[in-house]
Amino acid sequence: MTAKIEVAALSKSFGDHQVLRSVNMSVGSGEVVALIGPSGSGKSTLLRCLNLLVTPDGGRVRVGGQSLDFGTSSKLPGTASLAKFRAGTGMVFQQFNLFPHKTVLGNVMEGPLTVRRMPRAEAETLARALLGKVGLAEKADQYPARLSGGQKQRVAIARALAMQPEIMLFDEATSALDPELVGEVLNVMRELAAEGMTMVIVTHEIAFAREVADRVVFLRDGVIVEDGPAKQVIDAPQQEATQAFLSHFHRQRDN
Amino acid sequence: MYQWDFSFIWSYRWLFVNGTVVTLLFTFGIVVLGLAVGLFSGLLRLSRFAPLRWLSQAYVEVFRCTPVLVQLVWFYYALPILSGIEMSATTAGVLALSLYGGAFYSEIIRGGINSIEPGQTEAALALGMTPSQSMRRIVLPQALKRMVPPLMNQSIIQLKNTSLVSVLAVPDLLYQGQAVAHDSYRPLEIYTLVAVIYFVILFPLTLLVGRLERRLARAD
Ligand SMILES: Nc1ncnc2c1ncn2[C@@H]1O[C@H](COP(=O)(O)OP(=O)(O)OP(=O)(O)O)[C@@H](O)[C@H]1O
Ligand SMILES: [Mg+2]
Repeated sequence: MTAKIEVAALSKSFGDHQVLRSVNMSVGSGEVVALIGPSGSGKSTLLRCLNLLVTPDGGRVRVGGQSLDFGTSSKLPGTASLAKFRAGTGMVFQQFNLFPHKTVLGNVMEGPLTVRRMPRAEAETLARALLGKVGLAEKADQYPARLSGGQKQRVAIARALAMQPEIMLFDEATSALDPELVGEVLNVMRELAAEGMTMVIVTHEIAFAREVADRVVFLRDGVIVEDGPAKQVIDAPQQEATQAFLSHFHRQRDN
Repeated sequence: MYQWDFSFIWSYRWLFVNGTVVTLLFTFGIVVLGLAVGLFSGLLRLSRFAPLRWLSQAYVEVFRCTPVLVQLVWFYYALPILSGIEMSATTAGVLALSLYGGAFYSEIIRGGINSIEPGQTEAALALGMTPSQSMRRIVLPQALKRMVPPLMNQSIIQLKNTSLVSVLAVPDLLYQGQAVAHDSYRPLEIYTLVAVIYFVILFPLTLLVGRLERRLARAD
């Protein structure tokens, strides 16, 4: 399997707080990796380094054919090359971040129109097809404020897919949802995984990670502590820190 | 008891009409120029480059922390000495009031842009937009809607501020009123009428702002 995402010696500090410590990680083409770890361990920061919403202090990030180096010797990439890099990576946020001044259809068309400069008719066809895929074809003309959380998140996924990205990044995509709405979003993610989309998923849904992810990466204090096949890491973690985290997690869920 | 008598005013009607037109044109000019300056300064204030931010902040503070009447007088009497460029009272008035308004517009625009959740910019950037595309397509359209009521309020204040240019002998409504008062020896009627004209122009505008504010509050 050729690696689709490659992260080498990635480091990031906020002030004097080192959040990522020389992280190395690779994700194969079509692979689904779940990123788990305690709060503040750097999961979101690592994910946001993959599309450069957070600029790493050092190391290398490669996604598909695009690679950028960071560090003292290399100068920071300009806004145009950052934008080009991000256009190939889709991201889904915990808080959806839909554009409230645009309709559902407008949200999904925005990337193709503005970034890809796709003709309007073509963008609309693409957007309607994607809305159908996430089960929201009939909501195309509504504004996001009228949707439920689960529907909003599905629109956000369609919006990201409209850029026809090489990879999809999910940062706790279901954490802001009422429990009864989690399933519909996980279903869409499950489908994407089955279609062979390369995905990195930050999640607290351990059961979902076990079921859908090929690999689970456990992060603590900015270091990858354990990285292995999903079922192995979750059912029989090798590292003490992973065991402690998962047992704590199971206790929480049992309460 | 004072005997009110408005009957003589009819013979001065064209002076009042002219003064009102000058006041309105003046307001239009300083609102448009002020908005342009304010948008520019507000965007500078959000720049990634610290010196540009400082420049914008210095401008805003200078014009917010000095009285507008002092600015008017300074632009008319002091700036020509400094720059060697003579300017008419109208030019000095437009310049001073536009820059004064621009400082307040700048703060409103900066505040409006800052009030948009960072998640909006992040989502736009994540799609592959450049920062300027994200500003134009996602942030500004949302921010503008929130800015409209405070920008209109500031413009109402700007209309009232135009009355200050009468001290430079710009023939606005107040200046014409003073002229008529001198001519007719009836300052009570004249200045009352001047106040009423300002009120009649401004009151509907404040009602409109209030309605917009309430509509926005409901939409949020
Ligand atoms: N922009 C920032 N400025 C300063 N500190 C930050 C910033 N972003 C993150 N941090 C800090 O970096 C650390 C790691 O944050 P991160 O959001 O990556 O953790 P996380 O693993 O995603 O946690 P959670 O499960 O709570 O989402 C935290 O201590 C956080 O306070
Ligand atoms: Mg996080």
